Amino acid sequence: MNHWIIAPVLLPALLAPLIVLSMRHDLTLQRVFSLAGTGALVAISAGLLWQSADGVPQVYFLGDWPAPFGIVLVLDRLAAVMVMLTALLALAVQLYAVGTGWDARGRHFHALFQFQLMGICGAFLTGDAFNLFVFFEVLLIASYGLMIHGGGADRLRAGVQYIAYNLVGSTLFLFALGTVYAVTGTLNMADIAVRVAEMPEGDAAILRVAAILLILVFAIKGALVPLQFWLPATYAMAPGPVAALFAIMTKVGAYAIIRIYTLAFPPGTAATGTMFADLLMPAALVTLAVGAVGVLGATGLARQAAFAGIASMGTLFVAVATFSPEGIAAALYYLVHSTLAGAALFLVVDLVVARRGSDTAGSALPPVAQNGLLAALFFAAAIAMAGMPPVSGFVGKLLVMDATRGEGMALVWTTILVTSFLMILGFARAGSTVFWKAHASAPAEEGGPAHRPEGLALTMIFALIAGLVALTVAAGPVHGFLSDTAADLLAPQAYIDAVLARMGEPSDAELKGK
Amino acid sequence: MEALVASAIGLMTASGIYLILRKRTFPVIVGLAMLTYAVNVFLFASGRLALNLPPVILPEAAGYTDPLPQALVLTAIVISFGMTAVIVMMALGAFLERGDDRIDMGDPPEAPGRPEGGA
Repeated sequence: MNHWIIAPVLLPALLAPLIVLSMRHDLTLQRVFSLAGTGALVAISAGLLWQSADGVPQVYFLGDWPAPFGIVLVLDRLAAVMVMLTALLALAVQLYAVGTGWDARGRHFHALFQFQLMGICGAFLTGDAFNLFVFFEVLLIASYGLMIHGGGADRLRAGVQYIAYNLVGSTLFLFALGTVYAVTGTLNMADIAVRVAEMPEGDAAILRVAAILLILVFAIKGALVPLQFWLPATYAMAPGPVAALFAIMTKVGAYAIIRIYTLAFPPGTAATGTMFADLLMPAALVTLAVGAVGVLGATGLARQAAFAGIASMGTLFVAVATFSPEGIAAALYYLVHSTLAGAALFLVVDLVVARRGSDTAGSALPPVAQNGLLAALFFAAAIAMAGMPPVSGFVGKLLVMDATRGEGMALVWTTILVTSFLMILGFARAGSTVFWKAHASAPAEEGGPAHRPEGLALTMIFALIAGLVALTVAAGPVHGFLSDTAADLLAPQAYIDAVLARMGEPSDAELKGK
Repeated sequence: MEALVASAIGLMTASGIYLILRKRTFPVIVGLAMLTYAVNVFLFASGRLALNLPPVILPEAAGYTDPLPQALVLTAIVISFGMTAVIVMMALGAFLERGDDRIDMGDPPEAPGRPEGGA
C-alpha cells in the first residue's frame, strides 16, 4: 500500500493545528511553516502525479479495512491532476497573500488556509461518497473563515449568505446520500457503481431521485445556473487571495460531477440513461450566458471577475455534458486553464482595487502606481478568461467546441462564440475606463495612500500567467495526458476492480480468531 | 411507523424551507437547524426502521438493525452543530457591525447594485 496517497490530506491536517496552537502570536513563524507545508504539498503531489501516470488506480485502505467496509482513498490520473493543480495554485496564492500582507489583516489566515487545502485534497482523493461529504464540510468551514478574513460589515453579511446557502447545500447532500444508501446499501463509489449496474427495474425511480439530488449539490458547488446566486457576492466580497483560492472550489463541484457521473452513474446506465447530459447541457449554456452578461454589466472589477468565473464554469460544464472522451478531456484542459486564469484575474483585480481605493469599474479615477504594468497584467488575465488567442483559454475553447461537434452544434457554438465576444467587450470597457481614462483625470495628490513594494505579489501574478503560457506551449502533451485520463474515466472497470479487489479477503480479526 | 416518521421528516423539511426563505438571519438559522433535524431523521431511516433489534453481532439475535446510518447520523449531527455555531457567530458579527439582522445585502455604499439572491 502506497502511504504517500494520504500525505496531501495528512500534511495540512497536522500543520494547521500546529500553527494555531503553537505559533498563533508569531506571524513570521506561521508564514515559514505554512509556506514550507504548501511547498512540500507541491512536491508530494508532483510525486503522486508521476506515480499515477501509468494509469493504474492505486487504492489506500484507511485502517486497512477492505472496501466497501472501510473508507478508501483512490489515486488515479484525475485525482492526481486535481491535487497537483490545487497545490500549485495554493502556493502562488499564499505567496501573494504574504507579499501583499493580506495574511496579517486578520488572525489565523495560514491555519485556515491549510485546513482548506486538507478539505480540497481530501475531496479529490476520496473514493467514498460520505467521506466526500465530510471533506466538503472541511473545505467549507475553512472557507467560511477565510471569506470573512479581514472583517468588515459587508464582508460579514456576504459571509452569512454564503454559509446559509452552503448549509442548505450540505443538507441536500445528506438527503441525497441517505437516498443513495437506502437504494443501494453502500456509500463506496465503486461499490455504488456495481450495485447500480445490477439494480432491479423497480428501484430505478428512487435511484434517479438520488442521482438528481446529488447533481444539484454539485451544481451548487460548481455555480451552475440556477444555483449560482451565492457566487458573485461571495467572490466579490472575499479578500483577493481568498477569491483566487476559491477558483479551485467551483472546480471541486465540476470534479465531483465528472467523477460520480462517469463512475457510479455512467452514461449507459439503464435507470438513468442520458438524463444527466440532457439536464446539464441547457444549464451549462445558460450559465455561460449569465456569466457573460454579468461580465458586461458588472459595476465592480471584483464582481466582474466573479461573473467571468461563472462563465468559465458554463464552458466547462458544456464539455462535461457531452460525457464523451473528447468532451471530458476538453473539460479537464479547460478546468486547469480556468483555475489558473481565474486566480490570476482575481489577484490583478485585488492589486488594482487596493491601489485605486475603489472597486467601481464605471468611473475614472487617477492612475494607480505602475498603471501600465497592472493594465498589461489585467489585459493578459482578461484575454485568458475570455478565451482569446494566444493563451490557453483559446485552446481550451477550441477543444470544447471540437468536442461538441454534431447534433445541437449550432446552439452550443453560437453560445460559446457570442459569450466570448460579450466577455471581451465587458473586459475591454472596464479596462479602458480603469486604466486609460485614468490619465484624463487629475493625477493623485502627494501623500496619498503609501504604496508598498509588492514585488512578491507581482511575481506570483506573473507566475500564474506563465503557467497559462506553459499550458499553451505544452498543450499537446497535456491534452494527451488528459485524454488518457478521460478514457480511464469512461472505462471505470479498472477503478472498480482496484477498490473492490480485497472484498472476499478475510479480515485481520478473523485471521486472529483462527 | 413509516408513515409517522415520513410525515415528521416532511413537516420539518417544509417548515425549514419556509423559514430559510425569511428575510432576517434569526428565522433563517432556525430554519437551517430544522432542516438538519429533518435530514438526521431521514438518514437514520435510510437503513430501514427496525424495533428492538441490536446493531452489533449478538449470538442470540433474531435480526439486526443497520448500524451504518447511525454512524452517519452521528457525523452529520457533529458537523451540522459546528456549522450552526459558525453561522450564529457570523450573523451576530454582522448584526453588531451593521445594527440590523437583515440577510440581504441592501445597498452597501461602495458596491452599488443588489447582489442576486438572498439565500
